[in-house]
This record gives sequence, C-alpha cells and structure tokens, in this order.
Amino acid sequence: MSTATHKLLKGATGDWEVVIGMEIHAQVTSNSKLFSGASTAFGGEPNTQVSLVDAAMPGMLPVINEECVRQAVRTGLGLNAKINLRSVFDRKNYFYPDLPQGYQISQYKSPIVGEGEVIVELEGGRTATIGIERLHLEQDPAKMLHDKLPSQSLIDLNRCGVALMEIVSKPDIRDAEQAKAYVTKLRSILRYLGTCDGDMEKGSLRADVNVSVRKPGGPLGTRCEIKNLNSITFIGQAIEYEARRQIEIIEDGGRIDQETRLYDPNKGETRSLRSKEEAHDYRYFPDPDLLPLELSQSFVDELKAKLPELPDQKKARFVADFGLSAYDASVLVAERESAVFYETVLDRLANRARDGKMAANWVINELFGRLNKEGRDITGSPVTPEQLSGIVDLIGEGTISGKIAKDLFEIVWQEGGDPRALVESRGMKQVTDLSAIEKVVDDIIAANPDKAAQVKDKPQSLGWFVGQVMKSSGGKANPQAVNELLKSKLGV
Amino acid sequence: MTDLTSLTLAEARKGLADKTFTSLELTDAHLSAIEAARVLNAFVMETPDQARAMAREADAKIAKGDAGPLAGIPLGIKDLFATKGVRTTACSKILGNFVPTYESTITSQLWRDGAVMLGKLNNDEFAMGSANETSCFGPVGNPWRREGSNTTLVPGGSSGGSASAVAALLCMGATATDTGGSIRQPAAFTATVGIKPTYGRCSRWGIVAFASSLDQAGPIARSVRDSAMLLRSMAGHDPKDTTSVDIAVPDYEAAIGKSVKGMKIGIPREYRLDGMPAEIEKLWSQGAEWLKAAGAELVEISLPHTKYALPAYYIVAPAEASSNLARYDGVRYGLREQGKNIIELYENTRAEGFGAEVRRRVMIGTYVLSAGYYDAYYLRAQKVRTLIKKDFEDCFARGVDAILTPATPSAAFGIGEKGGADPVEMYLNDIFTVTVNMAGLPGIAVPSGKDAQGLPLGLQLIGRPFEEETLFSLGEVIEQAAGRFTPARWW
Repeated sequence: MSTATHKLLKGATGDWEVVIGMEIHAQVTSNSKLFSGASTAFGGEPNTQVSLVDAAMPGMLPVINEECVRQAVRTGLGLNAKINLRSVFDRKNYFYPDLPQGYQISQYKSPIVGEGEVIVELEGGRTATIGIERLHLEQDPAKMLHDKLPSQSLIDLNRCGVALMEIVSKPDIRDAEQAKAYVTKLRSILRYLGTCDGDMEKGSLRADVNVSVRKPGGPLGTRCEIKNLNSITFIGQAIEYEARRQIEIIEDGGRIDQETRLYDPNKGETRSLRSKEEAHDYRYFPDPDLLPLELSQSFVDELKAKLPELPDQKKARFVADFGLSAYDASVLVAERESAVFYETVLDRLANRARDGKMAANWVINELFGRLNKEGRDITGSPVTPEQLSGIVDLIGEGTISGKIAKDLFEIVWQEGGDPRALVESRGMKQVTDLSAIEKVVDDIIAANPDKAAQVKDKPQSLGWFVGQVMKSSGGKANPQAVNELLKSKLGV
Repeated sequence: MTDLTSLTLAEARKGLADKTFTSLELTDAHLSAIEAARVLNAFVMETPDQARAMAREADAKIAKGDAGPLAGIPLGIKDLFATKGVRTTACSKILGNFVPTYESTITSQLWRDGAVMLGKLNNDEFAMGSANETSCFGPVGNPWRREGSNTTLVPGGSSGGSASAVAALLCMGATATDTGGSIRQPAAFTATVGIKPTYGRCSRWGIVAFASSLDQAGPIARSVRDSAMLLRSMAGHDPKDTTSVDIAVPDYEAAIGKSVKGMKIGIPREYRLDGMPAEIEKLWSQGAEWLKAAGAELVEISLPHTKYALPAYYIVAPAEASSNLARYDGVRYGLREQGKNIIELYENTRAEGFGAEVRRRVMIGTYVLSAGYYDAYYLRAQKVRTLIKKDFEDCFARGVDAILTPATPSAAFGIGEKGGADPVEMYLNDIFTVTVNMAGLPGIAVPSGKDAQGLPLGLQLIGRPFEEETLFSLGEVIEQAAGRFTPARWW
C-alpha cells in the first residue's frame, strides 16, 4: 500500500523488488518489570535488579504490571491500531540460560494490539504507508556475557523480565530507505508517547528484518530473517546486502532457503545462523498462571484522551497555523525534542501568528545548521528557546534587521545573555527614525549624482544605493524605510 | 494425661486454651512420635529446633491471651511448600539441597495464626504419583495394614507423607496439594479427611508448581472440623497469585453441625464403573443413606463426559508440567551435572535429577504441545475440560447442592503392586477425583468405612464453586455416622 515509488534493484535478468517486513522489539518505559516488581533501570551492577520471579525460583508466579499494559495500549493508539480488549499471555518454551523459566511469557494468538498503520516520510517529500500487523507484550530475556571468562559464560538477570513490545509490520516495506524511515518514524512515535526511550545503543530498540525479493508484481519470494539489528544504518546495510545476495543466488539458478541470519557490520554481510529445520518448536500454550488480560473500553478511552500530540498531528498543525512548508514541519517534528524546542519558542513569541514561520526558519536554518556543524544535538544547544524567541521578536517588531539578527545570534551562542539587553547595550538597534535615515540618503544621492541619474533607466541599480545607505548606517537602518525613501527621492 | 498426639486439633486447641498442657509439651509429644515412626518415611526433614522455638512463642502468646486460631498446633508441611530457611525439594533430586529464601503464602498464613512446624513431609516427586512411590526419598508407608498381614501398603499420593503422618498421629494436621486427587486419594487410603478447595481459594505462591491450572492446596486432618479449622487459615486472596480469588474466607467451622435438611445430593450415574468392587458400591449406597437420614434429598444425575476426564487430564497436566519444570535446568540452583556445552549440561542434569515418572510426564507434555499435535491433543483436551465443567454446572443449575461419589476405586495397595508394567493402572486411582480438578470445584474425602481386609475407604463430596461450607456440613454427617478410624500401631 505504498504511495511512493520505491527503489528497484537491477539484476542480470532485469529489475527486482525487495519485500521487507519488520519486527521491532521496543523496551517499555516502566519502573518495574512486566511480571515482577524488580527495577528496570539500565546499567545496574549485574544481578542486583532481580526478583524471585525473574530468577524463576520454585513456586514463583507472575503478576502483570499494569503500567506496562497502559504503555502498550498507548503505543497501539499512537500507531492508529485496534486495541484488543481481551488478550492472552502464552508461554513460548525453549531452553537457554538467558531464560530462567525455560519459557518466555509472550502473546501468541491474541495480542493486546491488532492492525494499525504508520505514515513514513521519504526523500523529496514522498511518503509511504506501512501497515502494522500487531503489537504484543513479552518478557525480555537476560543478558549473556560470553567474553568475560575463557570457558564459561556469565548471566546478568537485570534485564530478564523487562517488558518488551514486539511491533510487527506487514510486509509493506519495499526498500532500505523505507525500512530506515519506518524505524525512524516508529522510534519518534514511541518517544513522543514516552513508551520507549528508543535508545538503540542500549538495546532498548532492536529490529528483526525479514527480506525477500521478487520480480515486480510477481509472487512473494522465500524470506530470510536478519536478527537483532541495533542501528538504523545497519538495518539499511543489511537489507541492501541481503537483497543482493538473494538476487545473485536466484539469478545463478539457485534457491533461497528460509533461514535466520545475522548481520556482521564489520564485514558488511549477513551470514546464516540457523535453517528452518533447526528452528525451535516453541510449544506455545496459554500461560495457566495468568488470566486473560481484559480491558474495558473506558480504560482505553481514558488513555486515548490523555495521549500527547503525535508527530503527524503536530506537523499538520504547524502547517495550518503557521504556514510552514510540509518539509519544514516534518523536520521540526521528527524528533520530539526539536518539536518541544520549537514550541517553546512559539510560546514565548510576542506575536506568534506573525512570527511563527520566521521562528521555524530560525530553528531549522540557523540553530539546526549551527548545531549540525558542531555535531551537537538540540538538547545541548547553547541557545535557549527563550533567547531564540527574543531574537525573533526583535526582528518581527523591526528593532533589528535580519542581518543584525545573525550577529546577535552569534553573540548569544558564544556569550549568552538576553537578546534585547544585548541589542540595547551594544547599540545594534535598527534606525527607524526617518529624518536620520533621510539625511544619510540625501548625502549619498548628493555624492553620487551620476548613479542617481542612471537609476531611472536601470531600476536594478537601486540596490547599490540601498547597500551604501545600510553600510554607512552600520547596518542599523531599517531596510524597508531606506528602500521607500530612495524610491521617492530618486523618482523610481 | 492421655497421649497428646491422639487429640484432634479441636481438642488440642481447647487443652491449650485451658492450660491443660503447653504447646511445647504438645510439640515434644509429636517430635517423639515422629522419631519413633521413621520407618514410615513420612517426614523427609524434621525441624525439632524450629518446632520448639515456635511452640515457646505460641505458649507466650497463649499466656498473654494473644493466641491466633491455630496457636501452638503442631503441623507437618508437604515438601512442595517453600519454607524459608528450611530445605524444600518437592522430593526431587533435581532440587538437591535447595533452601528457599521465602515462605509460601499458605505456610506464612499458618505461622501467622500460631501453628508450629514439625518438619517437611514426603510426597511423590513434584506431586506426580498416586502412591508416594516416586519420591527421591523413597516410598512412604501407610500406617494401615491388611488384617493379619505385614505387607506395607502405600498411603496414596501425591500427599502420601501428609496423609500417613496425620493418620499415624505424627502431626495434628498437614498441608497438602491436589492436582488430580493428591489430597483426597491419600486421605481415603489412610482414613483421614482431606479437602481440595475451589481453584483460586488458596494461594499457589511459593508452592512448587506441577500443573498450574489444576494445582490447589488444602489440608489433611483427622476430622472434618479439624480440616475446616486448617482451611480457614490457609485460604484467602493473594495479590501475588493472579489466579487466587478475592472472596472473603468464611468461618468454615461454623458450617460443622449445620443442618443438611433439604439439600439435594447428586449421585452420578457415570461413576458406577464396571467391575467396581462391591464394597465400594456398598459404601457409596451407605453414604447416600446416611445423608438421606439427615434430611438430604438424593437425586440421580448424569455427568456424561466423565469418561473423558482421565485421558484429558493426562494431556493437560503433563503439558503444563513440561513447561513448569523447564526451570530445573542446573543453571541457577539445585542439581547440576556438568557437560561439554550447555545442551549437555541440561541433558545430564535433567536425566540425573528427574525420576522416571517425572521424565515420562515431561515427555508426554512436550509431545502434546508440539507443532502439529497441539490441536489434536492439548486443544481437544481443553475442550473436553470445558464440557466436564459444563456437566457439573448443569447439575448445579438444576438445584444440586453437592455430589456424592466414592473417593477411590479401591483401598490402599502394597508398595510396588501397581503401575510397574502399565502406568495407566496407577493413573486409574484418580478416576473419581480428576474431574473435580478439571472443573476447578471443591471436593472433600471423608473416611466412611472399611473393606473386608480392614482397610479404610472414603467417600467424596463435590461442591459448587466456593461452597466449601456445604462440604463440611455434609462431611460431618458422614463422619458422625461412620465414626472415626485409627490404625493399630505397628511401627
């Protein structure tokens, strides 16, 4: 259901289309784990945040953490998805030391969230709509440390039992760009909602990517699953590599085996982890320790009413209320922090309707430009929203020109301070006193009679006069007033 | 002074309140009895120091007039219950010398009410068995013998240690658990009273799990009143067990002696098995007559899906068990048998740690949940379960207050006599009891008579959900009519 044209890959036998579906594992933001009271804080001493339930001591029972349920429902609402008022927890059985119970409590046949969709932004203002198949809650396994001892592995149960949301997309993604945009957008939504911090470096967000290739419009090919990708860049690289690998095999007359693969970012390639035959039989069955999860419609409605404004809504509002371009609005809302910054600027503006758009330009061009140059992000900006709104106010009310404003921005960036006070103390105020400007204009016309005579034939040379006047006023003359005065004096 | 161990719990409570004896005296009497009865192998862990300390504490509270409902009463605890600081093994080698850092909800409620712990009681390994022969600590002897025979009989299972200890006067009552009959069948084999309450009545927190949707704890005691007293302390809602139900716990003892006049007692046609011993048949009719004499009305009822209960049970219970027992992997606690890699460690540990019956059920359970078999076995068994439940609901909807059945299809048998060649022979012991677990209903086994060889037999009463009180009222009618039975001491 993509509305965008997507990239096809060229092979020896013609074009190939890539079909991608993703499973995103997003750690739920909550103080305690999905089925125990142990802390979820990241970075604690190993095995210090472990309850008897997490360690699967004999006779221990899981009790659902309501906050995790709320977070899953909020996420579902944020994905425009169907909330299932009845869902069931199942046991996914397999043996591994990172799984003390010998089973992961997950949701198999009846997930808490059903179908939804996400609109993703692509290069050149294109968009694509990616369907969501489902979202379910499950336990994160423990962390295994294989490289601390020569012949033994260590287990850290701190992560064991932390709530994960597995968000499964439909196979609607058609190239690496869409895949990256999808994860970016999903992460943005999760952060707006505050349901997952989206920190891929810490492993709060991980992706399994299913990739297959086919001739455009042809039947679906056999897919391979690339497990546990923890950066958006790697997701793109892994897809590109994997699609090429599959095309080569097929074009060489081979067959794709359904299998699980791992991406090696150092080598830039995927390699087989296990084949379909080696796949586990998870022996799913409803967890008899937990009753089906029943939610009331009013519980869901209440969460829906308190949902924050999400990026798509915010973008639409910026476009409608302040006349921003769709592109600028997208840039501002992409990260929650940027949107918050811009909105704080808006809040402080003396005349939001007049200067809202200018404020957006300042945030995007001056502030983001400068931040990018220095490799900083918005949270580390030396210029506060208050200061930036002060600068925009000064331009909007005509106290300083745009050019002076850039100097002022630089001073604020370097030295800090209140923009209005700086303009006062450093004499940066724009001269709007007409008689003062008129004197300068008269002097310059008098000093350049030849040029003044030419203006009538060459109206574009008016700019030269404007420049001269601005220069001799130290940039402080109001450019509009200068323009009008020159026009009337020179009879243009 | 009479032998303190022969008192019922209710009598002991009075003696303690009247200061006729102290809890320490009562406790010491039981500790001596336990020591003298080691041949029964009922206790797998004796905790005399702890028992005496708890008894002294109880005595102090009784002296202060601050006694809980079970103050000073010495009890035995099935080894399936986690006891803080006291080895808890579920009688499996795989738990080794596991000592919990936590106390099960049920036992902590008993201690809250002043009870004294004498030690941990033997049971079938992970409660899997009907004769207490699968314990890693060896079989338990039944204090009852056939007249004129020296053959040691099984006490039933899985709560064989609990039943044997209560019958042999080693403790005044015991905790037990029942997944398919593990409270009621051993109670019937030892002439004790055992009640499996409604699923959700007692917390499962801290009890080693066998089959989570069927497991329910309850007491074994020497009288209906004693079992009512114990259940009152054991029952209650526990936020740590999502399947426990938040319904107030009634004063069960108040139900004792309540008239059963006008109660409708169902006699299920399908429980009349082909080849059932005439003695069982006779006992059943006798029980019905006693209830009728007390004013109850007898009605024949039909529970048409009964015959599917045992096969369905032997799918559901092993399925859940295969998953519940996955945690015993040699990684974090209990037994570990090293291997070249993690898979070998698992294989070696579990092969060494689990006994034959547990291994069998883990394999059955794994099989029935496997891809391609799930629908044919597990799903179908769950459907059968729904039908069994509906059978009962239909009867209750027609005004039936309780259902009377035999507790077991036979009296106790000799150690090693059954199930050696065919495990189903052993599984058939639970034929009258598993339906109750499948439907989540309360069921009580009450001693009702003896067979021709002098062995005790019991009747079972099945009630509506959370109407344990009805069972106590009816049970006491049977108890009054049948009398109480005590084995002759041979140990």
